[in-house]
Amino acid sequence: MSAAAEDAVTEAPAVEAVPKRAMTLGTGTSLAILAALLIAPLFVKNFIAFQMTMVMIYGIAVLALNILTGGSGQFSLGQSAFYALGAYTSAVLMENANVNYALTLPIAGLVSFGAGYLFGKPALRLSGIYLALATFALAVAMPQFLKLHFFESWTGGVQGLVVMKPDAPFGLPLSQDKWLYYFTLAITVAIYIGSINLLRSRSGRAFMSIRDNEIAASAMGVDVAKYKTLAFGVSAGITGIAGGLSAIVVAFVAPDSYTINLAISLFLGMVVGGVGWLPGSFVGAAFIIFVPNIAESISKGLSGAVFGVLLFIVIFLVPHGARQVAIAAQLLMGKLRK
Amino acid sequence: MELFVNQILAGISTGAIYACMALAVVMIYQAIDHLNFAQGEMAMFSTFISWQLMQWGVPYWWAFLLTIAISFAGGILIERLLFKPLAKAPVLTNVAGFIALFAIVNSVAGLIWDFTIKQYPTPFGSSPFLGSQLISTHQAGMIGVTLLMLVGLYLFFQFTRIGLAMRAAAALPESARLVGINTSWMIALGWGMASAIGAVAGILIAPVVFLEPNMMGGVLVYGFAAAVLGGLTSPLGAVVGGFLMGVFENLAGTYIPAVGNELKLPIALALIIIVLVFKPAGLFGRAIVKRV
Repeated sequence: MSAAAEDAVTEAPAVEAVPKRAMTLGTGTSLAILAALLIAPLFVKNFIAFQMTMVMIYGIAVLALNILTGGSGQFSLGQSAFYALGAYTSAVLMENANVNYALTLPIAGLVSFGAGYLFGKPALRLSGIYLALATFALAVAMPQFLKLHFFESWTGGVQGLVVMKPDAPFGLPLSQDKWLYYFTLAITVAIYIGSINLLRSRSGRAFMSIRDNEIAASAMGVDVAKYKTLAFGVSAGITGIAGGLSAIVVAFVAPDSYTINLAISLFLGMVVGGVGWLPGSFVGAAFIIFVPNIAESISKGLSGAVFGVLLFIVIFLVPHGARQVAIAAQLLMGKLRK
Repeated sequence: MELFVNQILAGISTGAIYACMALAVVMIYQAIDHLNFAQGEMAMFSTFISWQLMQWGVPYWWAFLLTIAISFAGGILIERLLFKPLAKAPVLTNVAGFIALFAIVNSVAGLIWDFTIKQYPTPFGSSPFLGSQLISTHQAGMIGVTLLMLVGLYLFFQFTRIGLAMRAAAALPESARLVGINTSWMIALGWGMASAIGAVAGILIAPVVFLEPNMMGGVLVYGFAAAVLGGLTSPLGAVVGGFLMGVFENLAGTYIPAVGNELKLPIALALIIIVLVFKPAGLFGRAIVKRV
């Protein structure tokens, strides 16, 4: 065997190992943030509430990617495909079958879970850069599939589908945007708690053992194939729910909203938020929603360059993303108390 | 039958484009173990530099050589400034860096040369090649240059000291350092060469796809796909993969009725996934053996 073909496992792993306790915030901080999120809409305009809703939706999608990458150590540049699948499932059910919008979400999640699980099967043989490329192919292909004439009677083809925006139920005195904000917040909290519990469970420990050392994990009796596909499925399912929510909130789905750019944004959100740090997902989501706007306001022609430079600054100054900032802040707080 | 031959030839000539790009991708993968997502944008920027030189009155071949030199230096500069500090960072951070570079290069090119489509000259002319209607002289020239480049690279890596040093640095960095190879500069050299190859690819492609900041978007996807198909560890595989991609894409577009133009790309990518599932290292790649 030639030496060139060796790849010793002692090399630095693709994803840095994050202990499971370091993946979340403390209870006190979490409750304070939740309280702030609960009263915030009372003081802001509808459009801001809408943007905060979008941050939560993207946050869920980034969280899903974080479970896959930060949890089980697998890459994906194809999250936009599952997001699209969820969005279309919700939209088609609402428009063509008159299903209540809240009920479409679990269905969107299940459909995406199934798709992710099935895609995870062949993807099992791939790792690292090859897996990234396979998922990338999926993301590129998705908008083309949605445009197919064959499905046009359901999906509306290139034109997409317009969805009715739901009103607040029980005659609550809330605008549509603010009602959807609370609706999304409730789902976000549920998914966040569920994800934390998942990573703390037996399955979560199996994910992390695969991430840290696949060979050692299988030697210890972890069914690597099963948990890898499971991670793919769970991640896709959560992404699908985020997609379904986006269809309800934006009230419109079209193939070109779900291109590879969306997948790249979600990926950047994860890196900026800190890989493996779940609360960071929402920081990352805010980054991918607001920073392009900021870049545009600094310079119209150079918005891409400004965005790129900001990204480089983040990579160089805080390579572990928002997690690093949070840890630094915690240390500082500890010092100030003494 | 004539349609079939036609499509194969057309496939080979588009395949030459993919082959060029795949070669650049493999070069940098060999040097740094990462896929450079900004490769296409770097090639686009190089092509714009050559266009600008020609606008200033530099003759074609001088502009060609100058652009290669500038791209080579530019590639090394990018590595030294931006990616050397990231060498120890996780893969994910590097990928984010490539995406950032992509955004910067694309946007700066758009600002300097704006987004209008430009004509790009070809030195080979576009008359039919050897009296055949199927393939133009430019396409033939493109295939010729790609093959020449491949032979040149092969000779460089097999028969020069520095080529050997580069291979050693890529294969086993620690051992290479122990025998006195400056692995850090070998990586920089890899970036420079990949950037130069990308420049050649860009200059050859520009007359076909026209010059604009987004010209490389589609081509890069095919370049990646071709590189993976042929095996990321094999430059020859990358070139063969590029030609195969071109031919397969054309044949699928012509003979599978439901495919047409819209589904060409997804079909090509589906082929990649199928190949990867059965032969994860690609057609010509070497399987990686894990040592515990």
